[in-house]
Amino acid sequence: MPMSYISLSDKEKKAMLDAVGIASVGELFRSIPEGVRLDRALSVPEPLSEPELTSHFEKLANHNRYSDFLSFLGGGIYPHFIPALVDYLASRGEFVSPYTPYQPEVSQGTLQAIFEFQTLICQLTGMDISNASLYDGASGAAEAVLMASRINRKTKILVARSLHPHYRQTIATYIRNLGLTAREMKVTPAGTLDLEDLESGLDEDTTAVIFQSPNYFGVIEDVAAISEIMHRHQALSIAVVTEPVSLGLLQPPGLQGVDIVTGEAQSFGIPLSFGGPVLGFMACKNEFIRQLPGRIAGQTRDVDGKRGFVLTLSTREQHIRRERATSNICTNQALCLLRATIYLETLGRNGLRSLAHINMQKAGYARQLLTGLEGVRDVFGGPVFNEFVLGFDRPWEEIAAELRDAGILGGLALGPDYPEWAGCALMCVTETHGKDDIDRLAAALKEALS
Amino acid sequence: MYPENFFYTKDHEWIKIEGDEAVVGITDFAQKQLGDVVFVELPDVGAELGFHQSLGVVESVKAVSDIYSPISGEVTGVNESLNDSPELINEDPHGEGWIIRLKIKDASEQEKLMSVDEYEKFLEGLED
Repeated sequence: MPMSYISLSDKEKKAMLDAVGIASVGELFRSIPEGVRLDRALSVPEPLSEPELTSHFEKLANHNRYSDFLSFLGGGIYPHFIPALVDYLASRGEFVSPYTPYQPEVSQGTLQAIFEFQTLICQLTGMDISNASLYDGASGAAEAVLMASRINRKTKILVARSLHPHYRQTIATYIRNLGLTAREMKVTPAGTLDLEDLESGLDEDTTAVIFQSPNYFGVIEDVAAISEIMHRHQALSIAVVTEPVSLGLLQPPGLQGVDIVTGEAQSFGIPLSFGGPVLGFMACKNEFIRQLPGRIAGQTRDVDGKRGFVLTLSTREQHIRRERATSNICTNQALCLLRATIYLETLGRNGLRSLAHINMQKAGYARQLLTGLEGVRDVFGGPVFNEFVLGFDRPWEEIAAELRDAGILGGLALGPDYPEWAGCALMCVTETHGKDDIDRLAAALKEALS
Repeated sequence: MYPENFFYTKDHEWIKIEGDEAVVGITDFAQKQLGDVVFVELPDVGAELGFHQSLGVVESVKAVSDIYSPISGEVTGVNESLNDSPELINEDPHGEGWIIRLKIKDASEQEKLMSVDEYEKFLEGLED
């Protein structure tokens, strides 16, 4: 069998040109007018040899100093330990190389993984149906808002201020020309969604509220109370989860009246990288299945009666519904989805619960230790998962600079997104932080505040 | 095979006029073209429909098709059975598979519709 994947030789090229009756490759482009031809080589550097190229990329990669630091940064993307099994299985050629599973007869492995992921998401969120993933939590939040509006045909969306700033921005971008309006719901002094503001902000044209729990400040919301208020006014409850490890411990949104759950599954086996790629997920109640955007894998039987998997309910999608489709997304994050599935199945139910416990306890220890320091205060006070906000007697920018000099990325400044909490910082503590790491932060913070 | 007392449209809807009310569905030809119907998107009762305005959607395993109102009017009823048994459209398109009832707004629009003979002739033309 001839090798098909090596470059053409000049002899092979000449044979092809002769076969179509032209003298040069340039003649194939003769329909392009003279006036728009470049007539010179592209302004790109000369090719590099493999050793030169390797050296070039190594120099670029060495600009990354993140691994030099002890980091307590969270804010929507979280540092978690990834078992070697995830990289090992997910980098198998059978998983890394195939294209989208449109042909079920050659894609059963991929489709089974998607089906398992969907099942896991439903188990974790307590919802009936999940899609095959979206790009990220932010676009998931925007899609959820559009979905709610399609379901009840109402046009006002209430957006919690305690929802991640990037997600709020993304929602605003998506709804800009679609006749939907957003109204922001206040944050209470306890760091939660203001339920009174929510109830007074509702009217008969409100489609839903979209909120996050644990929210951007790490605070756990009263999800059931929010859902109850919305349903009493014939509107929907959309919960966003940016840290799904919390679902290993907290009650699932589906058991708290939530209609649509969406968010970020990056915590399940996907590295931080430079902020991506990540993994959006979305799940809903059974009655809304036809309004769910994205792909859905379904279980069925083949002609011999054997179980198999296919992409299903495709009539929601744009290749059939065109401008009336549920979304213009025509993809899913297959490889990240696979990593998340392997990660969750490696941990198992008990492992995830254990992991969630560890996260919560370590964050609790850090919070207690740090607020015990002079000049540090607990800003919100309520129950948190693995993130919390601290206030300081000295401008955060100054503290952060000193911590950086000590090799520590102490926390995310809240000021840029929340001027009302300027000078405060969001700290994240996970199972990747040892007691000695937390103690080191406390010592450096004490030093910076002395 | 097509009911004599119905009127028909080029988009293969049928309409049965009962005084100032009417019942609307899709024809046997349409259901054959669509294949197994799996879902019907029905309008709300009270919805106002213009002549040839989309009143909903019929979804089969392979296609999604708009249903156009053969006459203008207000929706007074929808066939709720289609929610659990969309296959009624395939099994009995001219009877149990009816889609909506409406109160006619402009009776003169009837002149734009085809009689059963005209529709059957229209179908023969399509098969050529």
